[in-house]
Order: sequence, then structure tokens, then C-alpha cells
Amino acid sequence: MKLIVTVVGRDRIGIIASVTKILADNNVNILSINQNILNGFFNMILFAEASENSIKLVDLQKKLREQGEAIGVEIKTQHQDIFDAMHKV
Amino acid sequence: MITIEDILETNRMITVNKLDVRTITMGISLRDCAHPNMRDFCRNIYDKITRSAEFLVKTGEEIESEYGVPIINKRISVTPIAIVAESCKADSYVPIAEALDKAAKQVGVNFIGGFSALVEKGYTNGDRILIESIPQALANTDLVCSSVNLASTKAGINMDCVREMGEVLKRTAELTRDRQAIGCAKLVIFANAPQDNPFMAGAFHGVSEPDKVINVGVSGPGVVKHALEDLKGADFTTLAETIKKTAFKITRVGQLVAQEASRRLGVPFGIVDLSLAPTPAVGDSIARILEEMGLESCGAHGTTAALALLNDAVKKGGLMASSHVGGLSGAFIPVSEDEGMIAAVKAGSLTIEKLEAMTCVCSVGLDMIAVAGDVSASTISGIIADEAAIGVVNNKTTAVRLIPVPNAKVGDVVEFGGLLGYCPVVPVNHFSSEAFIARGGRIPAPVRSLTN
Repeated sequence: MKLIVTVVGRDRIGIIASVTKILADNNVNILSINQNILNGFFNMILFAEASENSIKLVDLQKKLREQGEAIGVEIKTQHQDIFDAMHKV
Repeated sequence: MITIEDILETNRMITVNKLDVRTITMGISLRDCAHPNMRDFCRNIYDKITRSAEFLVKTGEEIESEYGVPIINKRISVTPIAIVAESCKADSYVPIAEALDKAAKQVGVNFIGGFSALVEKGYTNGDRILIESIPQALANTDLVCSSVNLASTKAGINMDCVREMGEVLKRTAELTRDRQAIGCAKLVIFANAPQDNPFMAGAFHGVSEPDKVINVGVSGPGVVKHALEDLKGADFTTLAETIKKTAFKITRVGQLVAQEASRRLGVPFGIVDLSLAPTPAVGDSIARILEEMGLESCGAHGTTAALALLNDAVKKGGLMASSHVGGLSGAFIPVSEDEGMIAAVKAGSLTIEKLEAMTCVCSVGLDMIAVAGDVSASTISGIIADEAAIGVVNNKTTAVRLIPVPNAKVGDVVEFGGLLGYCPVVPVNHFSSEAFIARGGRIPAPVRSLTN
């Protein structure tokens, strides 16, 4: 399954490291990362691919959400299908 | 390839503009539950509902989490109870409503619809018992919704039932007077009721539907309003095109959720209902879309045209986004559930007469309108008759969900709570309809040619 991870929050050192570590630990492959800082705010959209056998999406969402809370950013993980459904005919 | 802009747009719709899937509704046929003994019958329906919908709420929550789109309600609709209960030897169907309520609570859904009768041409004995049971059934239960279809384009209007429903509404209000007559918020009186509607309080599982089915209702007035905010002064062609594109995107989410729910539950996908359903929250209002088009307040002259454009464009955009469209499909105008409508009633720009005109061009009818406690049953029946006539002659669904709040007077504000919202008591015409309603009988089906 393809995933979109969106991270928004106040910038600090190590946001990407902590997010990508969780992805690596759970066998999730990163396809592309788009990241910038706007007025001190960190924005990242990460495209990834995971095997449904290795982790359930709801469990991965929980791990990332908890990590986000720990470092003060909002991490949202969604199945890519919702974006495909809305924007591809 | 999905672009960053696409992702941001979708997530903005969800977080800022309150895009949600309003309901996943599982339709369940109870035709195989009939039994002459009331206790056995109630056990049969309880067992079938709890077995069929065991994983409905859990599945809905999983889909909500995985796609990141809120799914507000999980609901059940069942075969009209008047049909399946008919062979029961009983003079009240209140125990059946209680069994439905218990089953709904067991599986954790928000509402269960189908305490219903279809009587546009006349009553059977089961219809009669069901309609008599409605006030007590709605007073004794929390989650059961009831509906009566009393008119259709092919059959005309059952005026005996129109008269009776005025009295049923008054009795329902009386029995739930300590809860702002909340029973009436769970009772819809239809003309041309659809068989596959996922929205409450009017949902039931039609007799021509499969054993089980998944129907999904979308929402998203806030998304449409946001799209129009960038179009100040643009002409109506541009407005209609923008609404179509927005409705397409909203409906695609509904279609995705419907397909996923159907696959995971192993239940066939029925339809997506293209409705724009408001909530009392700021930013989730149909009235504010109409005002965004250039009206000072909803109800001003031009409101009916604005609503007609909105309703039509939503259907055109949504139709291509879903493989099967059905239900009520259009814009809803429930007064107490729409922050902009509430404000318009308070400001004096929106009246019951204007609302009636609006129902000629939109999805349902006179919906969630509080009227004074001293409005007579025959006046309520008159309102029902007018609304049924609009539906029958124009070959569309119309409905009435009025709440005659005991002791409330025009100008009082009545609180229903949650998604049902709050509403100022709306004035109605005070001249009598009594002799008209007392006639009874049927208004014949209308001619379908010579359409002038």
C-alpha cells in the first residue's frame, strides 16, 4: 500500500530523522520527500510504500502520531487512495 | 502522480472546510424474520441485525483512520416494519421498536431507521398498527427513526393518512415534551420516498433491495462555500462549473469509502447519496453557500434560484464521480441543523412559506422546523398536504419533519442537541385548514402530460 505522511509543526532538529526511523523500523520504503521551512514552521510531505503484511496502517499511524506528540509536530499518515480518488479521473 | 497541491487541497477540505462522509448506512432486509409470535419475531430481528452489523462500526472507524476522512455516522436501515410485522398477532408494535433500539445499541450505531409504513394508496392492518404505535415507540427508544410514505406521483396523496399524521405528530410531541419533543425529530413524513436513502430520520431498506447493502451519504457544504469564496462577481456559468468540480471531488471520497466498506464487510455496494448535508457548526452550512452567491440573507428573493443552481450542479458533478447514485441526492435544508438557516430565521428573512418554495427545487422538504405548541393537528396536516402535493406533481421526493414543541411560542429557541442543533420557533399561517383536512379520501394521481 502507498502512504502519504504529512508533518507540520514548529521546526527543530531531528524531525526527519525521528519520522524516517519509525518508517525504517517498520519496513516502510520512502519513495519521495518534499520538505521546507516557512516562517519557522516545518512542512513535509513524504510518499512511502509499505507491505500490508509487515504492519497494519492503523498501528503505523499510532506510532507516528505518538512520536509527533513527543516532538511537538502533527504527523498525519493516510492511504494514498483518498488522494487518487479525488484528483485522478 | 499526485502533486503536493492535491494533497494539501484534500487535507484542507477535511480539516478547514469540514469535509466528511456523513454516514455509512447498512441496509438489512428483515423479510426472513417474520413470525406470528411477537417475542420470537423480536428475537429474530435482534439476531439478524446484530449478526449482520457486528463489524459495521469497527470497519467504519478503520476506514476513517486509514484515509484520514471523518465518517460521522454509522447507521442501519431495515425493511419497513409494517410489512414484516404484519403477520404478528399484536395490537402494538412498540416492543419491535424497543428490539430495534436494543440491537442498534448492541452494535454501536448512531441510529436505526425503518419503523416505517408505505401507505400512499391505503392502509393494511399492519400499517394501521404501526402508525398508531409511532408516538409511544419514539418516546420509549433513543435510536429508532420512523417514517411514513403517504403520497406518490403514481398513486396520489392518501389524505386519510395526512389527517392522521397531523395527530400522530402532536401525540409524539406530547409524549416527549420533557425532551423538547425530540420524538418528532425522528419522524419523517414522505412523498415519493426513496428505497435506498442512507440519511436519517427517513432511511428504510426498500422491499426491492438485496438482503444487505451498503449505502453512503457524503457531505461538504463548507467545501463548496470555500470554492465560491474565490469567485466574487463571477457569472452563474462559472459558479455552476465550480460547484460541479467540487461536488465531483467530494463524491469521489464517498465512492471510495462505500467501495471499501462494501469490500471489507462482504456486503454489496448500493449507492452513494450525493447530498450536501449541513451541521449546526459554523462553516458547514447550505444557507451560507446561497449567501456567498450574493444574497444578503438566506430567504431573500433569489434564494430559490440560488438553491436550484446549487442542487443541480451538485448532482451533475457527483453523478460522474460514483458508479451508482441514489437516495435523496441534493442539498438538504434542515433549519435547526444549519447555522446559516437558524440565523436567517432569527433575522426574519427566512419564513416557512419561503422554505416551502425552496423544497420545490432541492433534495427533501420542510425539515427540522420547530413550530409553536398550539399549532393544531389540522394545520400540521395542511402543511404535510402542501408538501406532498409539491412532491407528487413535480415527481420528486418531498418530506416533512416538523416539531410542534409543547408550550413553545413563536420566537422561543428550542435546543435539540448534537447534530440536530437548535431552532427558533417559526410562525405558521394561523387561518384554519380544518374542514379541508377533515374530508379524507385520496387526492388522485396527477396527469403527467400537459405540463404547464
